[in-house]
Amino acid sequence: MTVLPPPTIELRNISKQFGTVRALDAVSARFQSGRVHALLGENGAGKSTLVKCLLGYYRADAGETIVDGRRVAISHPAEAHALGLGMVYQHFTLVPQMTVAENFVLGRGKIPLVVKWKDEQDQLRSFMAGMPFRLDPQRKVSTLAAGEKQKLEILKQLYLGRRFLVLDEPTSVLTPAEADEVLGEMRNLANASKLTVVLITHKFREVEQFAQDVTVLRGGKLAGSVDQKDASKETLATMMFGGGTAEKSRVAKPAAVADGVPYLKIHELIADGDRGTPVLNGVSIDVRPGEIVGVAGVSGNGQKELVEVLAGQRATTSGSILVDRQAFSGTRSEIKRAGVALISEEPLANSAVRTLSVMENLALRQFDEKPLSLAKFFLNRSRLAPFARDLIQRYKVRASSPFVRLDTLSGGNVQRVVLARELSRDVKLLIVQNPCFGLDASAATNIRQQIVDARDRGAAVLLVSEDLDEILEISDRILVLSEGTVSFETSRANAEVYEIGRHMAGAHAA
Amino acid sequence: MTEAGELGWWGVLFAIFAGAIRVSTPYLLVSLGETITEKSGRTNLGLEGTLVLGAMCAFATSVITGSPWLGVLAAGVAGASLGLLHALICNLPRVNDIAVGIALFLLGVGLAFYFGKPFIEPRATMLTGISLGFWSDHPAIRSGLEVNPLFFLGLLLAIFLQWSLINTKWGLYLRMAGESEDAARAVGRSVQSVRTYATVFGGFISGLGGASLSLFYPGNWNEGLSSGQGLMAIALVIFARWNPVRCFYASLLFGGASAIGPALQSVGINQGYYLINAAPYVFTLGLLIYSSSASYRLAGAPSELSLSR
Repeated sequence: MTVLPPPTIELRNISKQFGTVRALDAVSARFQSGRVHALLGENGAGKSTLVKCLLGYYRADAGETIVDGRRVAISHPAEAHALGLGMVYQHFTLVPQMTVAENFVLGRGKIPLVVKWKDEQDQLRSFMAGMPFRLDPQRKVSTLAAGEKQKLEILKQLYLGRRFLVLDEPTSVLTPAEADEVLGEMRNLANASKLTVVLITHKFREVEQFAQDVTVLRGGKLAGSVDQKDASKETLATMMFGGGTAEKSRVAKPAAVADGVPYLKIHELIADGDRGTPVLNGVSIDVRPGEIVGVAGVSGNGQKELVEVLAGQRATTSGSILVDRQAFSGTRSEIKRAGVALISEEPLANSAVRTLSVMENLALRQFDEKPLSLAKFFLNRSRLAPFARDLIQRYKVRASSPFVRLDTLSGGNVQRVVLARELSRDVKLLIVQNPCFGLDASAATNIRQQIVDARDRGAAVLLVSEDLDEILEISDRILVLSEGTVSFETSRANAEVYEIGRHMAGAHAA
Repeated sequence: MTEAGELGWWGVLFAIFAGAIRVSTPYLLVSLGETITEKSGRTNLGLEGTLVLGAMCAFATSVITGSPWLGVLAAGVAGASLGLLHALICNLPRVNDIAVGIALFLLGVGLAFYFGKPFIEPRATMLTGISLGFWSDHPAIRSGLEVNPLFFLGLLLAIFLQWSLINTKWGLYLRMAGESEDAARAVGRSVQSVRTYATVFGGFISGLGGASLSLFYPGNWNEGLSSGQGLMAIALVIFARWNPVRCFYASLLFGGASAIGPALQSVGINQGYYLINAAPYVFTLGLLIYSSSASYRLAGAPSELSLSR
């Protein structure tokens, strides 16, 4: 077998329009053979669109693709695969109910009519022997940890003979240690001239540690292309956010007093997950008025279930939840009495009604009370619109009118609507989950600010987030939730990223 | 129903056993068809219609051509056509497979009644049973073990499908389409075409179930022939956890429940006859309550199925 160097790919003046939105505007980039190339930019900058055009998932409106000096037209993913180009997605594309081996075989273009599993497994084992990561072919994917799934995705691509690999935000679900391991191995493969790597990211740390070239996109345009060695954090930030750097959130000063009686007291909580097996195994958390307690953890360690229990959406097996020293099970009257506001992740799916108007969504907490209701039965329509307009203005929701459907708003504005609804009343306990997931930097800063403001007004805040940076930015105390228990606690002053990461990895750590 | 008469209480058990084999065939074939369809991530609730239309087509073809096996083929083709219709409608954007299924249930039954009117009177050539009672001199045992050839076809099919789901290309594609649309798209497979094939194939097998009703047991054509067996077979798929071989066992269980009434009657117990004949329906209800849970998903349910999302 002759060993050719991995491909060099050049994109020239790629443009792509979605409806009225110009997602890409004449973007050019050159991915050099055997190097790790970071594609940096905020959410919505066009990073994913660019590589999807390259890989044939989208068809670019204009521009050309040159692979190893030859002009090619890639109009379907299969054609990209034939050229050895592959992509590892942000969200895993594995079939969870199938084994590692089955997932490998499914990814292959040609599958024999009858699959000889013994041969396949032998072949896989010998393939993995030569790879930096190894996985048992017979394990079910649903039993793998997030880091292992990521490795499986990468192994799958290598197994299929891909020599040009795009990683789309590969570390968003990994602990820092897992991320370093995965990206380190990608860098090694590139250095050994086995692979050209494009790393889509918005994390400077990854760019500095693992990339050799950097291309920055901003608002669908090329903001610059540099050698990593020549680029300081400041130059990259300037390219990424434009003239001034992003509005840096006024990082909250730590809470002044955070002692006293816990307002929320969760004691030895045990609850089952969707599959009927225990997912919360004795969680105890105290939150005092005027402090933000951040719960960090890798997705799937019980965060979702914890929030569902607090929202009254999931039954518990044992344990207690006290709010303001009284038992709390999430009923409407308890929520009202104790001043609880809860914002679960993906508000459009979990805490708002997408087909109702902005106004109706804003009124969901209070429509059955005066003054929005008449005789607790009829809606007082004349009060609704002013009520909504006031909140829209105060929380800077960008909506053309209170009467438009909620799902016509952008993600950041939907989150603002939900925040406005939840914070518009006297809030004594605020529970938020992944509040900034999928938002761009300025929307995220704004949302975080609202959370800090609520704390400064004296609310007890429980922040459950998979974004460690967010936890570190605004929490006063940090807990780690791993395999359904709180495995670690630290104050923000003493917080150490690697220490937290080690506990996030929990028993999964090698 | 005299087979059990002279055998006493053993006869009742034997009659239930023989009845289980006899009655289970349509359950088995329809549940296998539905398993394949649901494994692809779609539910076809129209299989009661498929069963009735299949029964009518099989009977009519056998009357006209004199060949019961041509009738079986006709039943399969009728089922496949309804399956194809279901698949094509569901391939359109924002169409709900459950609603389409109910519509096709009504369509299938309506078509069968409309075209079946002239065939209520005539006699058709029946399928010949396979005699497993040759070792006995007892006429009751001999006739009780006269087994529907489609029962064996169903048994072989169950084993073959079980094996295929794990060991063949089509089995892998089918499960992938039912478990993760994203994964299928990422490897460049069209979920819709997999689901279309699965629904057509499932319709074909379910149609054969109709042939077993009209051409073997009870072996005639009338409008009350199926009495909801196609619907119960769909419930049975859930009980069998989408596993073809377990569909076989579950069908025997359902068949046995349906045979209790006739078996007791054959030894002269007539009290509560109609009540006991309701046994399979009560049984279905009981199983569904037993296998449901308020707090967690059914183990083994294909993730893309609208009922498990």
